[in-house]
Amino acid sequence: MNNTFEYAALAPVVILLSAGVISMLIEAFAPRDTRRALELTLVFATLAVAFAYVGINMAKEIPGGAPLNGGQSHGIRQLAAGGAAAIDGPGLFLQGTLLLVAFVAALLLAERGIDPQGDAFAARASTLPGSEDERQFTAQGWFQTEIWPLFLFSVGGMLLFVIANDFLTMFVALEVLSLPLYLLAGMARRRRLLSQEAALKYFVLGAFSSAFFLFGSALIYAVTGALDFSTINASLGNVTQDGLVLAGVGLIAVGLLFKVGAVPFHQWTPDVYQGSPTPITAFMAAATKIAAFGAMFRVFYVAFSGMRWDWRPMMWVIAILSMLIGSVIAVTQTDIKRMLAFSSVAHTGFILLGLIATSGHGLSATLFYLFAYGFTTLGSFAIVSLVRDASGEATHLSQWAGLGKKSPVVATVFAFFLLALAGIPLTSGFTAKFAIFTAAIEGGATPLVIVAVVASAIAAFFYARVIVLMFFTEPPVDGPSVVVPSSLTSAAIAISAVITLILGVFPQPILDAVANAGLFVR
Amino acid sequence: MNPNYYIALAGILFTIGALGVLIRRNAIIVFMSVEMMLNAANLAFVAAARETGTLDGQVAAFFVMVVAAAEVVVGLAIIVTIFRSRRSASIDEPSLLKY
Repeated sequence: MNNTFEYAALAPVVILLSAGVISMLIEAFAPRDTRRALELTLVFATLAVAFAYVGINMAKEIPGGAPLNGGQSHGIRQLAAGGAAAIDGPGLFLQGTLLLVAFVAALLLAERGIDPQGDAFAARASTLPGSEDERQFTAQGWFQTEIWPLFLFSVGGMLLFVIANDFLTMFVALEVLSLPLYLLAGMARRRRLLSQEAALKYFVLGAFSSAFFLFGSALIYAVTGALDFSTINASLGNVTQDGLVLAGVGLIAVGLLFKVGAVPFHQWTPDVYQGSPTPITAFMAAATKIAAFGAMFRVFYVAFSGMRWDWRPMMWVIAILSMLIGSVIAVTQTDIKRMLAFSSVAHTGFILLGLIATSGHGLSATLFYLFAYGFTTLGSFAIVSLVRDASGEATHLSQWAGLGKKSPVVATVFAFFLLALAGIPLTSGFTAKFAIFTAAIEGGATPLVIVAVVASAIAAFFYARVIVLMFFTEPPVDGPSVVVPSSLTSAAIAISAVITLILGVFPQPILDAVANAGLFVR
Repeated sequence: MNPNYYIALAGILFTIGALGVLIRRNAIIVFMSVEMMLNAANLAFVAAARETGTLDGQVAAFFVMVVAAAEVVVGLAIIVTIFRSRRSASIDEPSLLKY
């Protein structure tokens, strides 16, 4: 055990968390009218510098990793901070993905051109909904710039979550990423009671599940005497207390499956997705899923790889339930945000196929899937925020009827995102699903792939239904209008759409990148 | 003294906490039950640290305490906001979000 702290390797996390602190100081000391400019400069500069550092770490030559396609290995592969963090190909790729997703999400958060009253967040989250205070703060044009420190801390927690290499670091990172999100979920400007309810549900269930995660790690620690993944994996081979080990693995799995929103731990997803401010929904749907799956893969591929015969049956059941229940319930939804939430549950099931494959190909296919899925989700929620009526966003499906006639561009882009979520060729969704299904078949999970194809077919039905609704029905008389956003949201939608298209037409660079990422360092 | 008893006690406390979250309807009580689950994990960590002769468990207990304190701050903020807008701390009452 060495006592060094590898600053270079851990730089992205350190940068993000320090920026969070600076951002809080800005909130405390900068005059009100300069805060937005300062915060935005800080946030985008931080994301860019952190991304540059991830790039530097990827370009460093540290031998030891064998890439899957036999080429030259790139990037740092080392344990850092006394084994608490593992910097390796998948970790760096996920960090890069998270930073890009956070960049696009920050564009959505910064938007002030959609709502006539300002941004998507309450003028003062502490005022009572419908009160005189609230009216006055709104009329005076106050803004809650405190979203930015919360956002930065959340991203910092995610960057740490995907490289955490022991259960304690992972737990702390889990809380650092979750706690700001609980608050952000409750800060919507419109429909504030819904938003507060979403925050409460998210918080109670999130705290509940992280307690499961923590108790699971305590049990594993009781059996193995270690918290770091490689020691746990080494000592799990020769323990006798099977009951404690299985309970520990099960509890840890519950905690992580909750975060990714897999059935039967998905109950919070539709409520929180619907109630939260839409930019936050976009950020959380994309980034939390990427971070949580990154951590989950590290736990199950490194710490519990020796007992994969014990956890794979459980994951089979959960993957099947997630795919089928997510797709079937999505068909019955009448709210567009809830529909996208159940679609994300179904996608969780698809991504679990990569975990069940338990192979390098499963891992690289999953990395690709997360990258593709993140941007498609961001784009679709960004478009949801554009369709509005007098009371705010018009999320009921009936209000989307005939949107293609009123605003052909927005409807076409949304249809493109839906096709990508359904996995139609020439979109990123097809490449991603193809890669993950291939890996699952190689890993001996052919029955699961058959279920996945059936679930995809069911899912295609409700995506197609929305497209038909938008293009082949007459718009209602008093229907919502499509707001023309400022360049921020337009840029976010454009970036998402371009990435979704490129990954469908010309996916090779990213496929190479995920193949080069190699395996987790132990 | 057999440390396994402590692990068993931690398991019992954790179960009581989990049941509290599932059964009780007052947000504050639910929240206290979550804290109890975290403290059950702390007990297990410390007992296991004693049994295995490593320090990691004791360190973990301190980290968990800090995280639990942070969770209190965020949790109470959310619960108080809900209470002020609804005049009730019931978990069941906010039920606008459904299809």
